[in-house]
Parts: sequence; C-alpha cells; structure tokens
Amino acid sequence: MSALLLEGTPKTPTVNFDPETGFLELKGRSIPENSIDFYKPLIDWLDKYGRSPRPKTALHVQLEYFNTSSSKCILDLFKKLEGVRATGNEVTVLWHYEADDEDMLEAGEDYAGIINIPFKMIQIEEVDGGEA
Amino acid sequence: MERVDNSVDNSGGGPGDSPALGGVLCGIVISSILMLHSIHDLYDELERKRVMLTFQGPLSAELISALLGAMERRMEGIEQDPRIRRRVFNVVMECLQNLFHHNNNRIVQGGRTMSTDEPHGVVMIAQTTQGYQVLTGNFMAEGDVERLKGHLDRINSLPPEQLRELYRETLANGTYSAKGGGGLGMIDIARKSGGKLEYGFVPYDKDNAFFSLNVNVTN
Repeated sequence: MSALLLEGTPKTPTVNFDPETGFLELKGRSIPENSIDFYKPLIDWLDKYGRSPRPKTALHVQLEYFNTSSSKCILDLFKKLEGVRATGNEVTVLWHYEADDEDMLEAGEDYAGIINIPFKMIQIEEVDGGEA
Repeated sequence: MERVDNSVDNSGGGPGDSPALGGVLCGIVISSILMLHSIHDLYDELERKRVMLTFQGPLSAELISALLGAMERRMEGIEQDPRIRRRVFNVVMECLQNLFHHNNNRIVQGGRTMSTDEPHGVVMIAQTTQGYQVLTGNFMAEGDVERLKGHLDRINSLPPEQLRELYRETLANGTYSAKGGGGLGMIDIARKSGGKLEYGFVPYDKDNAFFSLNVNVTN
C-alpha cells in the first residue's frame, strides 16, 4: 500500500502516514467545518494498514488547535490503532503539546484515559502549524 | 425592460409633479446625513465597548476562516498571554461553527422570520475588564429550545473536574451528531471559558426562536 500524504491547510493538518516504517504523523490545525469528510480517507487508510501493519507503529500528534468536530474523528484514528495493538503489535501515540498549553496536554490525557494505547506526552517549544 | 416604465407609475406622482420629486430628493439628503451620523455613532459605540470584531449576515466556511484569521491577528497585538489567546481562539472557533451548523437558516424582515438559503447569524467579540467576551446569536427551531436549554443548564451546574468528566464520557460514547461534534461543542466552550455560559431564547413565532450566547474568557 502507498503512503498517505496530505499537505496542511489553515484548517486541516499535515498528514504523513508511511506504511513502510510505521511512522504516522498528524500535525498543524484541525478545525474544518466538516471533519468527517477530512478524516474518512485517514480512517480507511488505517483500516487497510491494520491488515498488515509494521511490528512497531508510532503516531505523532502535534496539533496547535483542533475543534470538537475533529475530536471524535481523532478518537476513531486511535480506535483503529487500538485494533492494530490488539493483534500483538507495538503501538504508541506521541502527543506533543507546547510548554504552556495545559489545555492541549489535558486533551491528550483525555484520549489516553479512553484509549487502550500507551501515550507519551511530549513537551515542545512551539507547534509549527499553518496560519488561520 | 418593462420595470422601468412601471417604476414611474409606482412612484405615486404624475409627470411634472416636481414638488413631490423635490421632497423625495430632500429626504434622500437628510437620510444620508443621518446615516453618516449613525455610522460615526456606531464607530464611537464599538470603540467604547471595546469591540474587536462584529459581523451580522450570511455565514460560509470561507467567511468563518476570514473572521478567525482577523481575530487571531488582533489578539496577537492585544493579548500577551498565549494561553488566553488560544482559549479565545478556541471559543470563537467553536461559537462560529455552532452558528454555522446549528442554524435553521432564517432571518427577520419586517418583524417576521423568513427562510434563507444560507445560515445567518450575528457575532460580537469584545474586550472586558476581566478578559474577553464572545457573543453570538442565531435563529433555531423552537422545538429544539428545551433540549439545548437542558444541555446548557447541565453544563453550568458542573464544577470543572466534572465538566471534564462529561467531556470524556461524551467523547467516548461513540455517537456522532450530523456534523461530527456529538454534543461536545458547548462542553468545550464552557471548559475553555472557565465561567458559566450565559444564554437567552427569544421566541419569535411558533416555529422559531432567537438563541443568544455570551461566553466570557477571563484572564
């Protein structure tokens, strides 16, 4: 299967899902009016990836903003990865947040409390996302 | 076109009715002076109320992007604390998207509501002594008022930790609303605000009510 590469826009994140290395990245802003349209191809890609995943998969999430319309879709991505982990593969979510952004840290903790995947909270200086 | 001829008949005066025409012209001059005064009054009032952004009219995804971009640039010049900047941006984003999605596409003309093709709404963002306020208003179906009121009252009754718990439960329960948020929007707005959501409903007719929301983001 091929990599999923989407360039970021002021309302949607950069996506870089590489099936060869198991490196998955979601970066920037996720604030579209209709998140289901944006996330459908990502969910479908993970569905396919889950049939023959790498032994180790790491999803890097580095979001500056996400809206509540995106939050359920992001949960669906994690649920797909939960399935990958349930079949005996190593899966990690690396949740990046800016040093002073407690809200983004809390959002990561909220997901970690719902999803059965190890989360690593990674403090960074600044999220380099698109301008609105 | 025929319209041109008709407009002469509709004007009420016959040909050569110059006093009436003079009256109309004079009226235009007076009303335009009044409008010039009122735009200055509006400017003064917006300044006095420390309004950062205000809009009333039809909403589109492109317009929401433009309003968010304008807000972000203004906030960068005003607010030093990045946490407050982010919270205000989040609240404005969710409020505008609420306006866009939870809208029964109606406007008022001549005191009565009528349907339109696009969602309509009003938004005003202002600085306050404690921080910022985000005010929005839109028409909604009268039949949905009780459900929304119950949702807002429940949110307002919860302390921060329980509000976070409600957010997690709502996120985890797996149901989607038609637009994807699944009832998370108001909870998120309340969490980012750190205060109570102030709201009001004005019944217009048996099918429509005007919903107003005031969200304070405090320093």
